[in-house]
Amino acid sequence: MQATSGSAFEQPASFAFDADSETEIAKIVARYPAGKQASAVIPALYIVQKQMKRQTGSAWVPVKGMDAVGARLGMPPIRVYEVATFYFMFNMKPIGKYHLQVCTTTPCWLRGSDAVTETCRSETGIKDFGETSADGLFTMTEVECLGACVNAPILQVDDDFYEDMDAGKVTGLLAALRRGERPAPGSMSGRQNSAPDGGPTTLNTLQFAPQGTVGG
Amino acid sequence: MLQDKDRIFTNLYGQHDPFLKAARARGDWDNTAAILARGRDAIIQEMKDSGLRGRGGAGFPTGLKWSFMPKQSDRPCYLVVNADESEPGTCKDRDILRHDPHKLVEGCLVAGFAMGATAAYIYIRGEFYNESVALQHAIDEAYAAGLIGKNACGSGYDYDVFLHRGAGAYICGEETALIESLEGKKGMPRMKPPFPAGVGLYGCPSTVNNVESIAVAPTILRRGASWFTGLGRQNNTGQKLFCISGHVNKPCNVEEELGIPLKELIEKYAGGVRGGWDNLLAIIPGGASVPLIPKSICDDVLMDFDSLRAVRSGLGTAAVIVMDKSTDVIKAIARLSKFYMHESCGQCTPCREGTGWMWRVMTRMVEGRATPDEIDTLEQVTRQVEGHTICALGDAAAWPIQGLIRHFRPVMEARIAAYKTRSRPMPMAAE
Repeated sequence: MQATSGSAFEQPASFAFDADSETEIAKIVARYPAGKQASAVIPALYIVQKQMKRQTGSAWVPVKGMDAVGARLGMPPIRVYEVATFYFMFNMKPIGKYHLQVCTTTPCWLRGSDAVTETCRSETGIKDFGETSADGLFTMTEVECLGACVNAPILQVDDDFYEDMDAGKVTGLLAALRRGERPAPGSMSGRQNSAPDGGPTTLNTLQFAPQGTVGG
Repeated sequence: MLQDKDRIFTNLYGQHDPFLKAARARGDWDNTAAILARGRDAIIQEMKDSGLRGRGGAGFPTGLKWSFMPKQSDRPCYLVVNADESEPGTCKDRDILRHDPHKLVEGCLVAGFAMGATAAYIYIRGEFYNESVALQHAIDEAYAAGLIGKNACGSGYDYDVFLHRGAGAYICGEETALIESLEGKKGMPRMKPPFPAGVGLYGCPSTVNNVESIAVAPTILRRGASWFTGLGRQNNTGQKLFCISGHVNKPCNVEEELGIPLKELIEKYAGGVRGGWDNLLAIIPGGASVPLIPKSICDDVLMDFDSLRAVRSGLGTAAVIVMDKSTDVIKAIARLSKFYMHESCGQCTPCREGTGWMWRVMTRMVEGRATPDEIDTLEQVTRQVEGHTICALGDAAAWPIQGLIRHFRPVMEARIAAYKTRSRPMPMAAE
């Protein structure tokens, strides 16, 4: 299993859900029919990853965390392990404080994702995807299409998409993160979401009532 | 050209507040109870009459799909909404989820009611975290306002809507893999039959629909099938969200009629091809899975299911990826091969082994480190993967390469020749 394949990191000796996590799990399990609580395995693994971030500063899923999910949902541990390792968003080893996820799939590549990758490299000292910077601040991962292609290229930091990136904007973003700032996500070119640069060319003639309902 | 008054997604760019009060001002949730009062059969008939074809890529008629659900069932029935938008080039559902979430939630109610479902599960890709927060807020608002939940909209019908986040797996956009994932397993597609309408989520009758297909349903039901069929072309009716990415001056999403000429779509909305139309090399017109088309076809092809099929490509998700003449087209397709290798679930041998093999050979094709007859070998292997797997990911991995060979074989041969003159001895044969 990926989680124990001789990497130089330590698995914690134990894992127990804290109060915040317990509240979230109870809310999530209620979404599924009785006896189908295994459906909550992906959300529960997110909860483990988030709790690790709270407790250790690194968002990842240790083996004991997977075991806790299995115990909580009545699943054999192997069923949890295979889910955790099948899906790409669970980190099976500790990562840096900020998770830099560079989309390099064709639509982003056409718009300059190579420059995004290169700038992440030169700014953090990371050589290859999957590595963490020496100062422990950044882990850089290559990700597949993020589904924001008209705002390519995308650099996803943790849960946030930073869009319409170029080398200069990556440098600025990483500097802000180092200062402990968290710039607002979205397009870095200043345009409105997925509207064309310069403003929408459609939907400019519609007026909506300020409140209440209008006919369809 | 679609006029603003006929647009369904009136908050596409997030110019307005996405949430309930403002959504109602835009016409959402307007007397939804009256739609439900028409009854299941009438709703399905109206959807059939509208000619709406599924917006997730396959283009299967939505009303017909709904009609496959059992009229009577002793088990619960489910609507499952596919918000796992991951097809490279595609980012339309994202705008619905974050800017027009009430269109989706209302659509969940009317679609679920029409198919006799007790609940909807919306499966959203894990990377769309901020979008999931917006959608959950809209769902919470709808519950609080009595629009969903017990006695939804005062109709006497009880209906739940749940949000479920995935965790980064393209394959979960395949409907049966999505169901497996929703059940708490690895996202590995199931054999069909049985189809989800018979045995779906938790073994119960289920229908899986794309976000856009569900989100347009309430507007179609309000304005009528004849309004919808008045847009677009025969058998390709209505409007559609298009995503225009790549080498254009102003990449954007836009809602337009099906059947709009590709060239008009790009020039009118996306500011034209970088360097002008004559600088165009090729376009992938419907997301990564469909074969590319060279400029000569782009000049006059229409953007709809049947027109693109006629030129051996497809509308897919209507994600238009534009490549100008500066593009290394072999590398662009090789990167897609890497994508499919990464995303193959590993269940079927032709796909698991074939996607890796195709990527490795494509990598050599990028350098030209190959022999001309290996282009034929590559083509043959794509034919051996295509159609020989449980789901369509194998096909999707094969088609971009087939399109490349069909339209750009001379470029591949020139690359090989250039490599040969540059370096001796001869490269190795196929792996």
